[in-house]
Amino acid sequence: MIVGKQKSIAEIREIVSPYKKLLVLGCGTCVKTCFAGGEDEVATLSSALRLLFKKDGRSIYIEELTVERQCEDEFIREAAVAISKNTAVLSLACGAGVQAIARRFANVPVLPGVNTTFIGVLEKQGLFTEECLGCGDCQLAVFGGVCPVSRCAKKLQNGPCGGSRIGKCEINPETDCAWQQIITRLTALGQLDNLRKYNPPKDWRTSHAGGPRKLVREDHVI
Amino acid sequence: MKPESPSNLQRVLSDGKFAVTAECGPPRGADPEIIRRKGELLRGHVDAVNVTDNQTAIVRMSSIAACVHLSAMGLEPVMQMVTRDRNRIALQSDILGASSLGIRNILCLSGDHQTFGSQPDAMNVFDIDSVNLVHMVKVMKADGKDMSGFDLISPPRMFIGAAANPFADPFEYRVIRLAKKIDAGADFIQTQCVYNLERFREWMRLAREEGLTEKVHILAGITPLKSEGMAKYMAKKVAGMDVPESVIKRMGGVPKGKAAEEGIGICLETIAALREIKGVHGIHMMAIEWEETVGRIVEAAGLSPRPQAA
Repeated sequence: MIVGKQKSIAEIREIVSPYKKLLVLGCGTCVKTCFAGGEDEVATLSSALRLLFKKDGRSIYIEELTVERQCEDEFIREAAVAISKNTAVLSLACGAGVQAIARRFANVPVLPGVNTTFIGVLEKQGLFTEECLGCGDCQLAVFGGVCPVSRCAKKLQNGPCGGSRIGKCEINPETDCAWQQIITRLTALGQLDNLRKYNPPKDWRTSHAGGPRKLVREDHVI
Repeated sequence: MKPESPSNLQRVLSDGKFAVTAECGPPRGADPEIIRRKGELLRGHVDAVNVTDNQTAIVRMSSIAACVHLSAMGLEPVMQMVTRDRNRIALQSDILGASSLGIRNILCLSGDHQTFGSQPDAMNVFDIDSVNLVHMVKVMKADGKDMSGFDLISPPRMFIGAAANPFADPFEYRVIRLAKKIDAGADFIQTQCVYNLERFREWMRLAREEGLTEKVHILAGITPLKSEGMAKYMAKKVAGMDVPESVIKRMGGVPKGKAAEEGIGICLETIAALREIKGVHGIHMMAIEWEETVGRIVEAAGLSPRPQAA
């Protein structure tokens, strides 16, 4: 899923301050799961903003709404009426959701309330870890299901570097060394010989390095 | 140096002589005198001077420029190049530029992660890794082609080095990775500083078993310790460093004023031990901001005078 973290209340207050009527718009999929922008967060944030503005002696009207996904027209349409009634939208979706709303409502300021952080998993309750950079050319078959692009701080294709100690990454003792995990996995799978092979430089064209990407599914184009 | 002649380091190693190189960190400033002064301290004591590339991710005078200052003094540089700061386009371009300036040795590294440095807010590059870099230089040199397959008008001439850390984990894999660097095209290997001789011997044994010492020149890393504090710092804070408790105790066991002497003593014993290990073809001295000690250690170790450059 896309993992995000709600911005600080101070930053949110700053960016919404020019507006009198605000729609706080939640997203009920990824950011809900990581407690950044689902309906519970919409309610809590809205209450906090109302209190803050009241304390500042200013009035603000805040409407609350959460749709299933802000990145799909089917659900965006559900927010159209609420958006038209307000002067700005504070979107608690990921960056994709914020932009999807902005593109469809040309005259409404759409503000981000969440910092989109990574594609990751819920490793355990309260802990999310980054697992994928969306490089567009998945080589997890070679690396035993552990991604060196997203999980090695140097994106090494032929790791590990000299800083791997006791299974941990040199940049942070809390971070597992991806290459240690690759080796452990491949050893368990009896595929350690995978690593004797030289991995050539990665072709980054399929990644963001090649510019903003598009996926066209001709079979689905109407 | 004639364009077709090998580097001095290459010549010393191919002649089967025990090589000595030393590290030289460029200044955090634009004054060439600092690099010249360091070079002067190393003159006559080493076969080549290894110039770091923004080591510890701190901005310094560029490795290429510092190498040129040393070359102008008649010293042979080894240019370090890290993949942290340049993509493949910039790396290839700088290798061609360095070769045009007479630089004949390169040490290919990934580089310390920028979060360790003074500008942790920087973006890193890591377009390719150090093994890819070794391979890239090898193809440029041997096949005369850049990474696009374009035939270079005049290929760069480089004696290619890579690093190895016998003390990092996972230990068993370290030799496989060394083999990969050699297959990619490494001519020589510089190791992390050796304090744990036992582990280093074991790593060398594994390297010999794989036949790697026949294919590459291994230079063992040496860093003289100045104090017990430095030993502790290296043990705990420096990534990939293995300083055994016995070495820390030894540094702490002498009065503070004698600690540097003790450190030099440990170095000399280590060098003597390294010379007995089959497959070790030289040492690389990393006397961090203590270049004046290199000459003394080299002489005391019986490694003076150095073979005359051709």
